[in-house]
Amino acid sequence: MVKSMNELEYPFDSEFLIKNKKKIKKQLLQKENLLSKNIAILGGSTTSEIKNMLEIFLLNYGIKPNFYESEYNKFYEDAVFGNEKLNNFNPDIIYIHTTNRNITNYPSVLDDNKTVEEMLQAEYTKFEKVWNSLLKNFNATIIQNNFEYPYYRLLGNKDASDIHGRINFITRLNQKFYDYANTTKNFFINDINYVSSCYGLDKWANQFYWHMYKYAMEVPAIPYLAFNIANIIKSIYGKNKKAFVLDLDNTLWGGIVGDDGVDNLSIGPEVPSGQVYLEFQQYLKEHKKLGIILNVNSKNDYENAIAGLNHPAGNLKPEDFIIIKANWNPKNINTKDIAEELNLGADSFVFVDDNPAERKIVKTYIEGIATPEIDIPENYIRIIDKNAYFEVTNFSEEDIKKTELYKDNAKRSQMMATFDNYDDYLKSLKMVAEISTFKPIYLERISQLSNKSNQFNLTTKRYSLADIEEVANSDDYIKIYGKLEDIFGDNGVITVVIGNIKNKTELHLDLWIMSCRVLKRNMELAMMDELVKRATAKKITTIYGYYYPTQKNKMVKDFYDDLGFELVSTDSKGNKTYKLELANYENKNNVIEVI
Amino acid sequence: MKKEEIYERLNNVFRDIFDDETIVVNADTTSADIEDWDSLEHINLIVAIEQEFGMKFNMNEVTSMKNVGEMVDIITSRSNK
Repeated sequence: MVKSMNELEYPFDSEFLIKNKKKIKKQLLQKENLLSKNIAILGGSTTSEIKNMLEIFLLNYGIKPNFYESEYNKFYEDAVFGNEKLNNFNPDIIYIHTTNRNITNYPSVLDDNKTVEEMLQAEYTKFEKVWNSLLKNFNATIIQNNFEYPYYRLLGNKDASDIHGRINFITRLNQKFYDYANTTKNFFINDINYVSSCYGLDKWANQFYWHMYKYAMEVPAIPYLAFNIANIIKSIYGKNKKAFVLDLDNTLWGGIVGDDGVDNLSIGPEVPSGQVYLEFQQYLKEHKKLGIILNVNSKNDYENAIAGLNHPAGNLKPEDFIIIKANWNPKNINTKDIAEELNLGADSFVFVDDNPAERKIVKTYIEGIATPEIDIPENYIRIIDKNAYFEVTNFSEEDIKKTELYKDNAKRSQMMATFDNYDDYLKSLKMVAEISTFKPIYLERISQLSNKSNQFNLTTKRYSLADIEEVANSDDYIKIYGKLEDIFGDNGVITVVIGNIKNKTELHLDLWIMSCRVLKRNMELAMMDELVKRATAKKITTIYGYYYPTQKNKMVKDFYDDLGFELVSTDSKGNKTYKLELANYENKNNVIEVI
Repeated sequence: MKKEEIYERLNNVFRDIFDDETIVVNADTTSADIEDWDSLEHINLIVAIEQEFGMKFNMNEVTSMKNVGEMVDIITSRSNK
């Protein structure tokens, strides 16, 4: 099986990538289960190599892009006046690659305040027209560059603060872009201002490449740009990582707790080596607020590990972690155990360990897991951060509560152990479900769930936010979500079913997904009852279910059989079609109260 | 650096960039001789050659180069400095 490539993770060798892109592409195209997406690049300068680099980074994330490229510097015309080729292309993503080369008018020192304001507004309006037109004409997600700083300053330092300065003008224009982004769904900023500053603006703006080829940055900088775009796109399609699995000794603190003793560990503000680990702990802890869950995987006696985590100067405490594996098992085994206990795929983990040998064994045995190549402690944060494992695009309420949700689950497991009869246990949870047709406030979460669910997912069909909005607004679908609450807490929206009405009396189930957090709670039965109720009300007589097998969804291979559907056909790939006549349907759920 | 060595290293760069193990360049090779060698691929070739030989071409050199032979002349003159 073809695996993801280390060469495409930060830190990468951009010249190597440019030179070997054809070989790399060939190799990555052999990956299985690639998600195909149409990506339109509307450029304000040359985009050829940006397309090539974006392609290999996306392939590495399991996304196979088909590209449309605008003619040279025709981003405005394509967007505002339309273009048949672009219309037929039907893009999922539209990337607008504009740079400060596309700013038409800059203020001069002779302009008065009012003129400068008008210029700023005119420049902004040009872009706003582009976005509004694209959002109106396409059901697509837009990614727009902000502007990088210019490489010279006519006014010197005053260029930043004075309204006549280009840096000032660009800063204010960028702010207007952000205001639009903050009030528009399906619109994201690609922060080239940050990427160019990390890369080094003087190098980035190497004018050789502009005058020779109309590239707005030097070609060796393009992999950094493309990586940044690819990270936004993989996040939109739910390919972010979800959890950290962390080593302890020389990763979270300096020293070895079992040998050196808790008192001799380097952690805390007193000495430089302690500071660097403390900041790293703080950095990791910040991720909890983003819904990233923390776990420990350490070769240590359990008591020593806990003692280390209780170090008074440390920032991370034992209660910040969901699972702590401190034992002498191989780390790949521990990692798999953590994945099983959390009901998450191990490929959604970021494994952080200072020891290259441990990283290697974990990488070898666990397909798709990230093992950032951290070297010295002062680089830990940069190397992890630049890999954008948790790139934020659609941030939902669910994410904020993630650690709590997993802790509630641990309490449920404890309670389950006190019952002999599983039904009695379910009843004791006093579950209440809200099942309803899609509501605007949940659309983001629904899209997110469709992109994240791999195991309890019958068709593995992915929906961007724009796709979900389309379904929500159409009468051709019965679309319901379910929220589940019990005595331990609210799980939020955890399941979605989308059925497409055809020939008036048939309902074809395009999507049935459920979060693994609520497995074996009979929520799927409550959803089925509700689905049948709504279908019957619409005079539907037959429901068709589909099961498309993947590497990950074996859990639901008999799902429709268990619900009493009849198998209609199986094709050569194992794709199954089922049907159920609704005439004599009897409700199945008796443990959840539905409101 | 001897010319033979330069040609050998150049050959490897060309083979990587165009992903074609059969390419053999000589002094008279031009973009007309290699199918995928268009203006967009040319820039990537230049970047790869600069990296291989640890030098930078300037704009005049890139615009005036007529064939691989002239490219090698420039590389030779840099490595002799």
